[in-house]
Amino acid sequence: MKTLLSSLIISAHLFTFSVIAADDKAVATLRHQTEIKEQQTPNPIPRVVNKDIKRERNYPMQPPVIPHTIRGYEVNKNNNKCLTCHSRQSTEDSQAPMVSVTHFMNRDGNFLAEISPRRYFCNQCHVPQMDAKPLIENTFVDMHSLMKQKTSASQ
Amino acid sequence: MKNLLKIGWRTLTQPSAYYSLGFLVLGGFIAGIIFWGGFNTALEVTNTEEFCVSCHEMENNVYQELKTTIHFSNRSGVRATCPDCHVPHKWTDKIARKMQASKEVWGKIFGTIDTREKFQAHRRKLAENEWTRLKANDSLECRNCHNFDYMDFTEQSDRASHQHSTALASGEKTCIDCHKGIAHQLPDMKGVEGW
Repeated sequence: MKTLLSSLIISAHLFTFSVIAADDKAVATLRHQTEIKEQQTPNPIPRVVNKDIKRERNYPMQPPVIPHTIRGYEVNKNNNKCLTCHSRQSTEDSQAPMVSVTHFMNRDGNFLAEISPRRYFCNQCHVPQMDAKPLIENTFVDMHSLMKQKTSASQ
Repeated sequence: MKNLLKIGWRTLTQPSAYYSLGFLVLGGFIAGIIFWGGFNTALEVTNTEEFCVSCHEMENNVYQELKTTIHFSNRSGVRATCPDCHVPHKWTDKIARKMQASKEVWGKIFGTIDTREKFQAHRRKLAENEWTRLKANDSLECRNCHNFDYMDFTEQSDRASHQHSTALASGEKTCIDCHKGIAHQLPDMKGVEGW
């Protein structure tokens, strides 16, 4: 019984290894099939888009992307650099968009006086954009275009 | 002891019995050069980054934080070292700052910030010292390198050129008013204007 079990385990292992070996070339990795012992030349680091122009959102609930650099901006227990311009009190001076009202809500939907702690860490959702070629083609189609296609097809 | 002082005073007030006036004048002159040169050299040694980070308080806290910022590593390789921002360049101001630094020697001896926790606890106070100094001298240490007259607003981003051509140009604001925490992490900013 014992030998049967161990031979089963060994054969199972062999099978997995062969599957891995077969898929070795098929899976696209970040290393681009570079040998494990070799160091790949890193790609040049693209620049952060710093034009201060709002980008279109792909769907209404999408967190807007940050259209400027945020190098060295601290968002931690001690302070939140984003709020220097985007807080309710400073938008008149900065003319930056105010943090949306949803960020003042706690999870029961009640409005707080300050940004809710669960929405405090801006970079969890909002990110700057790089001026880079996408690694893979994006086939996302937004709702608006879909509906348009549908109406034009039915006509 | 009293006798010793008396002899010393007599030597100083009486004319020299053995040495010629020429020897004393020349000797004094040369000794002066050596002393003055030595003093300035020693002062310059304390004005280097190696000297600053030879204390673990500086090496483990502020120096590590500086390393990630643009004042440490950037495209053109121009670097700001500790004294570039923290010690005035003009001689009189530098001496004044160096005298203030005796307080820092005191802190070093008694271990005021010899752990990360103690440093964090003092951070607001330490940061405020620097903000007040830079506010008072109109951000002189920033301007030693960043000269307003030679800023090309067209090369700046829209937001930057707007702020620099209005608030900074009119003298209403100075560099440190907005650019706090550019080389080190910030303390708890509660109650700081603009934060």
